Amino acid sequence: MDRRKIEENIFKSLMIASTLIILSSLMIILITVIVNGLPAMNLAMITQTPKGGYYLGKEGGILNAIVGSLYLAGGATFLAILISLPVVLYLNVYAKKGSRLVIFTRFSFDVLWGVPSIVYGAFGFSIMLFLGVRASLLGGIIAVSLLILPIMSRAMDEVIRMIPEELLDASYALGATRFETALKVVTRQAMPGILTAVLIAFGRGIGDAASVIFTAGFSDYIPYSLLRPVATLPLAIFFQLGTPFPEVQNRAYASAFILTVIILIISIVSRILARRFTKHIVK
Amino acid sequence: MEFRTHISVQNLNVFYGNEQALKNITVDIPDKKITAIIGPSGCGKTTLLKSFNRLIDSIDGIKVSGKVLVDGENIFDPKVEVTRIRKKMGLLSQKPYPLPMSIYDNIAYGPRIHGIKDKKRLNEIVEHYLKESGLWYEVKDRLHSPASRLSVGQQQRLCLARGLAIEPEIILGDEPTSALDPKSSQRIEHRFLVLKKQYTVVIVTHILRQAKRLADYVIFLYLGELIEHGPAENVFNNPKEEMTKEYIKGIIS
Repeated sequence: MDRRKIEENIFKSLMIASTLIILSSLMIILITVIVNGLPAMNLAMITQTPKGGYYLGKEGGILNAIVGSLYLAGGATFLAILISLPVVLYLNVYAKKGSRLVIFTRFSFDVLWGVPSIVYGAFGFSIMLFLGVRASLLGGIIAVSLLILPIMSRAMDEVIRMIPEELLDASYALGATRFETALKVVTRQAMPGILTAVLIAFGRGIGDAASVIFTAGFSDYIPYSLLRPVATLPLAIFFQLGTPFPEVQNRAYASAFILTVIILIISIVSRILARRFTKHIVK
Repeated sequence: MEFRTHISVQNLNVFYGNEQALKNITVDIPDKKITAIIGPSGCGKTTLLKSFNRLIDSIDGIKVSGKVLVDGENIFDPKVEVTRIRKKMGLLSQKPYPLPMSIYDNIAYGPRIHGIKDKKRLNEIVEHYLKESGLWYEVKDRLHSPASRLSVGQQQRLCLARGLAIEPEIILGDEPTSALDPKSSQRIEHRFLVLKKQYTVVIVTHILRQAKRLADYVIFLYLGELIEHGPAENVFNNPKEEMTKEYIKGIIS
């Protein structure tokens, strides 16, 4: 074998090895969660809230955290869409390409993306102190939406930037305003990417623990108001893992499994939705 | 050739940053004729065409001076509502860009944004203009399927129908057949010959033979300057300028 062929094979093997590392870490995580969580998995886990002494190994479930996490991540995702979409439409349809404002805004997304989530937690907490809001669903939604805003905006921006200028021109040439073009052409063309962006942000939001410690608090009850504290799955995992009781620790893994399944379901649903919109896209 | 002027370009200068794309162009474009803008690549043909519907507005660092009168109104007047100017013109681009929606919605898009809500009226419009662009019989059973599934040639005729549906007076074509196969090109060319009875047609083309087949009036640009313009037979058979002769013979391209 000549030298170039050997080189080719070495690098090919390295790439395959890297790919295997990714795939196997996903598998190992799933296996760990399932094996450790299975003994604790029962219907009560997903249908009941913690009863007295739950964290000591007595009866109950983590319905409070499941519902709480869905409320919180759902609310934060909704809030983040309301802000992200106008920002990226402004950057791509209205603002002058390559202007300082555009460059600086994109740079801010990157910086905000890198800010650790505990900082968002602390920041959200200081906003809450200022507004006089206690640890609550509302506080959590605000902190998590701040956390996922740059993620969502950046992901939406990437897809909207790829839309050819000529497609926008086609709409303008028909006498459409920028707003009509943004709403009816740009969002449709980018819809699969927008859905993916929303999903990534939701996944990040539902899985984050640090931003909700101070802001959302924790509660054994399902919140009936935006101003009540709310339990979240990541914190439920954290508390259960922190107990000295093996059966409660198993429940932590079961909770992690539930969290993983929620993210999986949302991924699948968004893929199906995205496919429905892809057929209209002109490459 | 006697004609009425539809678009009158007067001392038009266009700059991209420091680069001058159009140099002091003055020319009248005849009503209800096909005008071909010819010249080598990068000579400003598309810039001139896109200044007619002010699509050049959105290009960064652009500066425009001079006037373009459409029906006697200067479209670069700051008081002019640009969407109203654009409604007067249908555009066909080099490559067809169907909007990301169904065939039906593509045609109805323009009429809808200009205020037509009535379903029956929209149905009529869609049918009428698809017929006018010669696409109706190929798509009438799948009006609600995505426009992206059509062939490129069909997409270009869809774009033509979409442009006609806003009831323009002028059709602008920016090398409208350059992405099409010969058969589809022929169809589009044939449409133009039919449409010129009702519309003023302006096309940019780098295919001389196409210009000869279609044009009643010819504008020859070279490096942003207007070299020669006049009725097609004069420009092609007795060009006044040396540069035009050379371009037509294929010496410069």
